[in-house]
Amino acid sequence: MKITLGPLDYAILIIYFLFVIGIGWVLKRRMKNSSDFLLSGRSIPAWVTGLAFLSANLGAQEVIGMAASGAKYGIMTSHFYWVGAIPAMVFLAIFMMPFYYGSKARSVPEYLKMRFDEKTRGLNAISFAVMTVFSSGISLHALAKLLELLMGWDYNECILISSIVVLVYIFLGGLTSAIYNEVLQFFMIVLGFAPLVYLALKDVGGWTALKEKLIPVATSQHFAPGTWTQSWTHMGANNDNPMGADWFTMVFGLGFVLSFGYWCTDFLVVQRAMAANSMSAARRTPLIAAIPKMLFPALVILPGMIAIAMHYGTSGGFLPLAKDGTPDFNQTIPVLLARYLPTGILGIGFTALMASFMSGMAGNVTAFNTVWTYDIYQSYIAPKQSDNHYLWMGRWATVVGILVSIGCAYLAREFNNIMDMLQLVFGFVNAPLFATFLLGMFWRRATGNGAFFGLLGGTVGAALFHGLSLAKGNIAGGIKGAWIAEKFHFNSDMAQNFTLAIVAWTSCFVLTILISLLTARNRSDEELAGLVYSLTPRPKAENEPWYMQPVTVGILVMIAVVILNIIFW
Amino acid sequence: MNFDLRLPIGILFSIYGVLLIGYGLISDKAIYQRSLDININLGWGAVLLVFGASMLFMALKGVKKDK
Repeated sequence: MKITLGPLDYAILIIYFLFVIGIGWVLKRRMKNSSDFLLSGRSIPAWVTGLAFLSANLGAQEVIGMAASGAKYGIMTSHFYWVGAIPAMVFLAIFMMPFYYGSKARSVPEYLKMRFDEKTRGLNAISFAVMTVFSSGISLHALAKLLELLMGWDYNECILISSIVVLVYIFLGGLTSAIYNEVLQFFMIVLGFAPLVYLALKDVGGWTALKEKLIPVATSQHFAPGTWTQSWTHMGANNDNPMGADWFTMVFGLGFVLSFGYWCTDFLVVQRAMAANSMSAARRTPLIAAIPKMLFPALVILPGMIAIAMHYGTSGGFLPLAKDGTPDFNQTIPVLLARYLPTGILGIGFTALMASFMSGMAGNVTAFNTVWTYDIYQSYIAPKQSDNHYLWMGRWATVVGILVSIGCAYLAREFNNIMDMLQLVFGFVNAPLFATFLLGMFWRRATGNGAFFGLLGGTVGAALFHGLSLAKGNIAGGIKGAWIAEKFHFNSDMAQNFTLAIVAWTSCFVLTILISLLTARNRSDEELAGLVYSLTPRPKAENEPWYMQPVTVGILVMIAVVILNIIFW
Repeated sequence: MNFDLRLPIGILFSIYGVLLIGYGLISDKAIYQRSLDININLGWGAVLLVFGASMLFMALKGVKKDK
């Protein structure tokens, strides 16, 4: 499947690049100190940070990965949204944002330093920095591979061109530039993919016809007929669904540990909320993001379901085949683009795709340069320099971050399903972290040593579990697991990763409690004011209309998400 | 003070809207075979233009308010 762009499509793409760079250029004059560059000077309105919050995550894993999962697992993929992301975003807004924003910490690792100690911050900062460049590399790789395949462009040139665009606009305008471009990209994705989904759904005959066409997809893989269109019905046992996970593993592993870990503690997204211009705006940021996020399955998962239905219904197949003879799920979106969009609208859809990859990368790079500059460079390498020096460092960290990402992109060529790999990385780093934050924010007795060794224990626990477990169809001893011994077996990579997250979280949670009880407190109650729930005065109910109050909006969002789960049960 | 983001969003999507509408009017019908015989450029171009124009409208209203 090849996409051929017409002159108009190229014009649309080039106009987009000009705007992206132009925004960076205009913002350049406003970058006067390191806080402007790395924190946006805490000056951005809530609707902008909210859409950027959503968009920063809307990289390769979302657009390509979710469509791939939609084809591979059907509507069960919506658990990533309706069990995972949305409740986590509401929790962040209501319970956690007051501490992040109110503590005046400049980053998530810095909060850990204020709440616990230096070594906990160091551990988190370093592991986070590694993770962000890794993710940014994945985005870059996915983009280049796709362009190589679709357009016949050269892999190396694609990597070079897209990293230069990202580099230029961040180097010029810092976090603000990244955030503004993320909002631009949000609209691009929504307005670029909506016609695609509309046409594909119309072609397949609407939702009812799609449901029928997905029956042979399920039965031919020995699952119950409704497996691809019912999100909960087949979660009773791990053999009943293609995800290979039962409801408990899914809710606890994906929902509670992975999603809360990601949305509540990952500085990449939290940074967007911290750039908001007031506490109220910071708390509204994840809620504003949650509303469109709830509807995103229609934009990113549904195309995958349509593609797999077409694949089984068409002689000769619809999706191209991967090397092992199974459909190449990662090509779902490009195949749909090439099939349904004529030149003109194709330029919009294609640009949306490019934009999502670049902003996924940009989100990681801006989080990386802040953590690098404040939490690693300023803390350990060159403290007490002038602010100008850190502004300079922030800019150059952008360059280094992108160079390392390029290295990671070549590394990422090894992997098959991008989503599974990301989950693995998050399992190691993020899963234990959420236990540390829960205890840190809600239990004043948690100590620095408890947090540090608990976190370390959680990560080690994750690694050990990975070394002892293997998913069906994978080779033992490598990156897929079982490099110590083959003790635990799973039906899919995803089930393995969910369980790994549970193990990591539980080890960290238990270890942190035990070690905290055995060690002396290193922060007094006074020092913990504003950092721990029980020692912080509740934010006063401001005179805001109901739609501006975080708790009210949060409850409404939760009700809506429950309804969505029931509709697609 | 940062500039109003609605301005570039409004301009960008208005340009896209106009481009798609223009192309939708002059393009050969044969290219819409793949989009199920719907002139998607014309239709969606109008949506983009309306979206872009309303963003511009809000941005300009915001400027007046500041003054």
